[in-house]
Amino acid sequence: MRRYDAAAMRPADLRKEIKRCGESVLEIVNCCGERYLGCGMRHTSLHITGTPGNALGAFLDGGTIIVDGNAQDATGDTMNSGVIAINGSAGDAAGYAMRGGKLYIHGNAGYRAGVNMKAYGGVSPTLIIGGRSGSFLGEYLAGGTIIVLGIGCPEHSQLTGFFCGNGMYNGRIYLRTTEIPTGFSPHLLQRRISREEKESDLRPVLTEFAAMFGENVNELLSGDFILIEPDPENRYKEMYAAI
Amino acid sequence: MRREGEIRIPSGCAISGIFARDGSAVNGRTIRTSIALMHERSNGLGGGFAGYGIYPQYKDYYAIHVFYDDLLAREECERYLERHFDIINLSKIPTRPSPMITDAPLIWRYFVTPLPHKLQDEHLDEEEYIARTVIKLNRTMKGCYVFSCGKNMGVFKAVGYPEDVADFYRLDEYEGYAWTAHGRYPTNTPGWWGGSHPFALLDLSVVHNGEISSYDANRRAVEMYGYSCNLLTDTEVITYILDYLTRKVRLTWEEAASVIAAPFWNTIALKGGDEGKRLAYLRHMFSEFLITGPFSILVGFNGGMMALNDRLKLRSLVAAEKGSKVYFASEESAIRIIEPEPERIWSPKGGECVIVQLDEGVTA
Repeated sequence: MRRYDAAAMRPADLRKEIKRCGESVLEIVNCCGERYLGCGMRHTSLHITGTPGNALGAFLDGGTIIVDGNAQDATGDTMNSGVIAINGSAGDAAGYAMRGGKLYIHGNAGYRAGVNMKAYGGVSPTLIIGGRSGSFLGEYLAGGTIIVLGIGCPEHSQLTGFFCGNGMYNGRIYLRTTEIPTGFSPHLLQRRISREEKESDLRPVLTEFAAMFGENVNELLSGDFILIEPDPENRYKEMYAAI
Repeated sequence: MRREGEIRIPSGCAISGIFARDGSAVNGRTIRTSIALMHERSNGLGGGFAGYGIYPQYKDYYAIHVFYDDLLAREECERYLERHFDIINLSKIPTRPSPMITDAPLIWRYFVTPLPHKLQDEHLDEEEYIARTVIKLNRTMKGCYVFSCGKNMGVFKAVGYPEDVADFYRLDEYEGYAWTAHGRYPTNTPGWWGGSHPFALLDLSVVHNGEISSYDANRRAVEMYGYSCNLLTDTEVITYILDYLTRKVRLTWEEAASVIAAPFWNTIALKGGDEGKRLAYLRHMFSEFLITGPFSILVGFNGGMMALNDRLKLRSLVAAEKGSKVYFASEESAIRIIEPEPERIWSPKGGECVIVQLDEGVTA
């Protein structure tokens, strides 16, 4: 495994090294604000300690990025496939316009997590947030799955801010709580899911998430989950301007 | 060169702040390190700093910082200053020549106090006298621009990257209990020395990342109260609005934040109760000072600092604490580079101000 000290290199050189090394395993230590790490990466496995900069793993097209620390804004922007696991919190717009792959955040996510995620054909992205998320979770969601677990939060607490699922027209948002988001939109439906649904829809993805961060999957599956989906009878239209 | 308002450049910025609640001295070098980490957020067309508690030897005098185009402008401005103020000290602001900072104007600093008979004749309090004099000077006098006029604080700004601006102004020779910094990526205007951030009036200074879509409505409103927006840049108007709301209307900082980043009516309705009433009152009373569009700002003032995001949080802002120090920055890494192990690190919600002040009993 190759090891790079981010504090001792120019960020551009660091990005070049990641690109050059192909299918190997790389470790980057002392990260502090270097942008675009793992951007467009296909095969490499990247282990980062510190605070990587904005647009970590943007356009990721395979491979794995694991961060011991917090990520900043726009993590996994438009990623296509692969896995990003943040053992910490993420800034705003995590998983922005994701088209595939998995983005796992152990801690909290900022505003606009999963904004405009989409699915096509058999490819569907998954965003899991261990803690809470900020406002505009899943705004304009067009496909894929978002799960917010509220690890460490009191039972029955709000796991997201205002405008959850604003403009959402496809995809699913699961919240591990019984509290319906504040100001819940009339264009969305919400219901508590059954035990069978938890087993079939959530266990497989939460097993991987739990393994990644040393959580217990059975504990994560305990408690009630609500599922938020768009109301097919009352879709969002003309949100900002009459056409 | 074409100035603000004569050209539009379509396109980010970086902001950073440090506040020592115990009033302990922070060297200007520290804020330079923080803002320099976000080099890529600016494009070299503006950088600046505001330091508080930096002039303890002259803390009872207003520190007037001025850019002059030429010697003539200086002579004319100095005559004007002498008519209005008792100047107890004047000098060039010390700079270190740098190949990175070019086309520097003449940069002078005056420590002044209003002439007592002038103050009496005008029936104004001291601060209003200073504000009016500075606003008039900036509006009418060609070739000079007052960019800082507070007590025991000072703004240092230029065209260039912020780290180069810090070196140019020798900020490592200043110490203060609070600092803000800005790296500029001008989006609408070409960037000149006066247009760099922070923008300041009296001891209030603003650094801003974002773009205000309500600029013209806000400008028209604030100009009704005697301000004059000469620079056609959005941050200037924020400075005047906050000066008006806090110094003239005497709103608290929390109230001023609820005015400029007022929640949506449906959010106010959801809150209900006394809080809902308070927010509705402020929104009705000061509707013309609602600032829309993306912004994250740091507001410095004597004894405190406020951080605020627009209500939709369209710009990033991270806050952290360690001991008696509080940090703010556009990016978490810009805090960690100067404080690797903060005790608490968080992102304030949109429209939710964070206000820090000197501990009780601490004087700047």
